[in-house]
Amino acid sequence: MTTTTLPPGKKTEPVSAPKNGITDRARSERKLGWLLAGPAFAVMLLVTAYPIVQATYESLFDYRLTDPENRSFVGLTNYWVILTDSLWWQSIGVTAFITVVTVAVELVLGFGLALVMVKALRALRPVLRAAILIPYAVITVVSAFAWQFAFDINSGFVNSWFTWLPGVSENTDWFGDRWTALLVICLAEIWKTTPFISLLLLAGLAQVPEVLQEAAKVDGATRWQRMWRVTIPNMKAAIMVALLFRTLDAFRVFDTIFIMTNGANGTESVSFLAYRQTIARLEIGLGSAVSVLLFLCVVAIAFSFIKLFKVDLAQARGE
Amino acid sequence: MTTRKKILWGIGAFFIVVYCLFPIAWIVSVSFKAPSDLANGSFLPSELTWQNYDLILFGGASDLFLPALVNSFGICLIATAISCLLAMFAAYAIARLDFPGKKLILSTALAVAIFPVISIVTPLFNLWRNIGLYDTWPGLIIPYLSLTLPISIWTMSAFFREIPWEMEQAAQVDGATTWQAFRKVIVPLAAPGVFTTAIIAFFIAWNDFIYGISLTSTEAARPVPAALGLFTGASQFEEPTGAISAAAVIVTIPVVVLVLLFQRRIVAGLTNGAVKG
Repeated sequence: MTTTTLPPGKKTEPVSAPKNGITDRARSERKLGWLLAGPAFAVMLLVTAYPIVQATYESLFDYRLTDPENRSFVGLTNYWVILTDSLWWQSIGVTAFITVVTVAVELVLGFGLALVMVKALRALRPVLRAAILIPYAVITVVSAFAWQFAFDINSGFVNSWFTWLPGVSENTDWFGDRWTALLVICLAEIWKTTPFISLLLLAGLAQVPEVLQEAAKVDGATRWQRMWRVTIPNMKAAIMVALLFRTLDAFRVFDTIFIMTNGANGTESVSFLAYRQTIARLEIGLGSAVSVLLFLCVVAIAFSFIKLFKVDLAQARGE
Repeated sequence: MTTRKKILWGIGAFFIVVYCLFPIAWIVSVSFKAPSDLANGSFLPSELTWQNYDLILFGGASDLFLPALVNSFGICLIATAISCLLAMFAAYAIARLDFPGKKLILSTALAVAIFPVISIVTPLFNLWRNIGLYDTWPGLIIPYLSLTLPISIWTMSAFFREIPWEMEQAAQVDGATTWQAFRKVIVPLAAPGVFTTAIIAFFIAWNDFIYGISLTSTEAARPVPAALGLFTGASQFEEPTGAISAAAVIVTIPVVVLVLLFQRRIVAGLTNGAVKG
């Protein structure tokens, strides 16, 4: 091969004169970008968007798995049945209660843990870090069992240790009453998820400029003033992200309730209601409607967080 | 810092450690109690016994526990591997390439991460029964991706953004081939991020309870948390407290080992993904 031919004229057009304002390079970068990220994107859509669409469709039918012959279209009747049933409102109440209590306590407690981790001696930090990661990494079911056994009327130690507290005796049945059962559920949830919040807050603390602290100190601000006027406003983004994530996570509470009370004594959460309708009672139509309503609740919470509190995720990411 | 302050923060640190480890210590203690000793009302067993471990590893409850342990390891490892592989490509594109839709992918990951699991279970329960995926490994691996993939994409793209990618060109200028530059420069820089992401994704899959309990019915695919939830006593009147505790301790061991070995990285991964993403 000795002849050298020029490539066809089309291809020799200079790249510096792009059509539609996009260079070939940019176009190929776009293509490669979607080629690489596309599969992950598609899988994410498949495993969530498809089920929720399917659930929305099935929620319009009166459909029991044990009686598939009599499946019939009933429109929005399932939603009407649920929204006029006190069971739904009770489970919303329980879920909201658990969410508000756990998130509020976790935020305060998590902030305390983060402060100790910042201030603690360098030598202690690895120990603290490992300790704090353990509740995060332990399975929720295991944590629920540990707390349940501790408060159990027969095998627990809480009743014999805390008899000096008013209202606690050898025969206190923590899971026999709605509010004490909810208290133990909240305790287990708080123990398990506070570390996550404290790690997020720790990262937020690290982003507060040291100069501001020094300046406030020079200006004679007290420790308390520095905390409220300098530290907290400067880590608002981290606090909001932690709040948003934990609120949405707490709203899905299921595992701990399943293990501790199995929904008895009015401790059923929304997730538990959906589970019981679908998996235990095989009422696909009703269960799907509960699932869709739960999904709408989560969307509403996320939306109001972002709109009301102006949670800017991009800002929180330091962009 | 004065000595007094040091001591005060030290006491604070001590309380944190107690707070974190107390429930774990308690369940370990219960796992060593004989059934007759359970109601002794004290924290520690009056006499150490291995009989609970014997029951779940070799005795009557081993049929329930051991297959579940195998299922959990297999399903979680496969789900972690798939999501890390997919996330690796996606995170590379997000960190290095300029293309429209980056934001869309990250927001989708966020939306999937906050998605209520039970809303996915309901339709899958019916569909899996129809197409024969109910009570199988793939029947759990696929929905597990909805848990592991979003966090993998976020965490890994946060890590990849901090890699000095110019090093690749620098190596090529110095005479390395493309493959050498990739293998000797980029792989060592990216590996810690991928590894940390894998640990976090594994934790999340290992923790799942709703999918496990809803989409399986036998030991063919039932993972450990679901099996724990279904443990019953040897007789109707005997609570399986000891056996559950022993099983709980066994499934907690791998998690504790991972935490102790890689704590610094796990913290970096968790906070990078959520705060700096």
